[in-house]
Amino acid sequence: MGELVVETHDLTKKYGDLVAVDKLNLSIRQGEVFGILGPNGSGKTTTILMLLGLTEPTSGSVRVLGLDPARQPLSVKARVGYMPDEVGFYDELSARVNLIYIAKLNSLPRAEAHRRIEEALTRMGLHDVADQPVRTFSRGMRRRLGVAEVLLKRPQLVILDEPTQGLDPEGAREFLNIIRSLKQDGITVLLSSHLLHQVQAVCDRVGLFHRGRMVLEGSVPELAQKVLAGAYHVWLQVEGPEETIREALRQLPGAQDVTREDHNRYRVVASEDLRAEAARAVVQAGGHLLSLGVETPSLDDIYARYFEEVHHGTAT
Amino acid sequence: MAQQPEQPRERVRGREGSPWSGLWAVVAKEMADHLTGMRMRILEILIVLTAVGTVYAATQNLRETVGQDPFILLRLFTTSREPLPAFVGFLGFLVPLIAIALAFDSVNGEFSRRTMSRILAQPIYRDALLLGKFLAGIFTLALVLATIWLLIIGSGMIGLGVPPSGEEVARSLWFLLATIFYGGIWLSVAMLFSIIFRQPATAALASIATWLFFTVFWGILAGVLAPILQPVRYGFPEEILAQAQLELTLTRFSPNTLYTEVMLALLQPTVRSVGLVLPIQLHGAVLGTPLPLSQSVLLVWPQLTGLIAATILLFALGYVLFQRQEIRA
Repeated sequence: MGELVVETHDLTKKYGDLVAVDKLNLSIRQGEVFGILGPNGSGKTTTILMLLGLTEPTSGSVRVLGLDPARQPLSVKARVGYMPDEVGFYDELSARVNLIYIAKLNSLPRAEAHRRIEEALTRMGLHDVADQPVRTFSRGMRRRLGVAEVLLKRPQLVILDEPTQGLDPEGAREFLNIIRSLKQDGITVLLSSHLLHQVQAVCDRVGLFHRGRMVLEGSVPELAQKVLAGAYHVWLQVEGPEETIREALRQLPGAQDVTREDHNRYRVVASEDLRAEAARAVVQAGGHLLSLGVETPSLDDIYARYFEEVHHGTAT
Repeated sequence: MAQQPEQPRERVRGREGSPWSGLWAVVAKEMADHLTGMRMRILEILIVLTAVGTVYAATQNLRETVGQDPFILLRLFTTSREPLPAFVGFLGFLVPLIAIALAFDSVNGEFSRRTMSRILAQPIYRDALLLGKFLAGIFTLALVLATIWLLIIGSGMIGLGVPPSGEEVARSLWFLLATIFYGGIWLSVAMLFSIIFRQPATAALASIATWLFFTVFWGILAGVLAPILQPVRYGFPEEILAQAQLELTLTRFSPNTLYTEVMLALLQPTVRSVGLVLPIQLHGAVLGTPLPLSQSVLLVWPQLTGLIAATILLFALGYVLFQRQEIRA
């Protein structure tokens, strides 16, 4: 386990009566890709702003790279790259000039700044358009320019707020690869999103936010275990007498629910991977097993199920 | 679960680092924006045309009196010829216009372009951003006004064929300084509104409304307020005097009045007072003789410092509001 890059303790932010973030305890280890999930208004962006020292917490403590963002904002901001949602640039200036401004604000020496800018532009595939005004850039190019800007600092931690929102599938896929390449460089990444399948694709761990609280935290399989309980959906295609097969599947240890979907397609919900046991049971019961497989739970399922429970919880 | 004991928060005295780091980067960027922007180009054309027109008209008028007036070059600024007003008359509303145009979207523009959070995520304080924007505005204003000042003096020398005297140059330089700070007030006003209002158009309108209020309505209002606050009951001269004094004081709350008075005293050396003068105070004065520069400056020192103080005060107000502003829209 690496050392902690982000650590918050009972972090709270109130806007008047509205509690935007409520007693948040978050810890992110070095080299990890952590996803903050949650519906709009669940406190994701407020949390990020507090990590950067752009908003003062009402109470609680924050440590980013061992520093206090409220007290040592310059050190924190020199080491942490931040790309806001809907990142904006000076449209009439070229990509390169936009980056030069940022390099100057970071007090990089001229030669070093030049080197890093070329490097970042090349890495983000923007080298050929570097001297065009940002006005002409597509949304995906702007996001990549945003990452290029973040890379100028050689950050230890990168915070991306809704990085793939509004991108076409191709652009989003490309962007996820960028996030993976950041991880390969040993950079810790914190990203917020409500696009679950994308978060699932890149994140090591996720935290589910709801009304300012982090209600769930862990890797996707862990969350599935917690929320869906029966995390594994085993499906089988079997020919044979329905009742016997159904009964045989129901007898399996760990099976929680058996449903028949089509005339010969069954689904077993279980707490573990029951493929081998299910196959044996079906064959022993006299069925002809045609095919079977297991569906790993998606974050969408977890998310939907969690909020379903929350709503039921509040209704009763 | 056992409650962890609260860790004593380590106290770092004050803030870390300099609040001005990144200041000059901001100034350079903003000035480059101002000087290359279309908005500025339009204003430059406007002001150069005004300068050329009024100075040409003034030169035509002054040709006849060259040699009689020791302050002939100063007259370039103040001489008018129908139907054009004098150059200083134009400056009275061109300078606020430029200043407002430079600053009305300085802060909210960053929000609407969604660059604010990105810029503030860089290792700089908000202080540097706001002061940088303000300084860039003032420098741009100073650059434009200094250019026009040189143009006028230069074309006057060519047109009239007289070299400027040291006193004339000194007086017009003081005038330039006063004009820059007069612009500074409107720059601060526009910047303040750009912090308060999220829409640049609203901020521009509010700034122009404020300017109109002080230019057009404040004088009228002072004329209405003075008799109410200081009524003349018995018709004593003291009462009439007190009322006139109050009215004058009230009008001086307007930066326009302050600027006009400064302009008057600096560009017309014969002006001995910008307030009320009783005949008894003129006893022994040789009317029509010019005052030395030091006396003219002394005469409008309160007005001059008032202009500078108002600039600083308005900026400070904007500064406080900006520091407290939430970054989230």
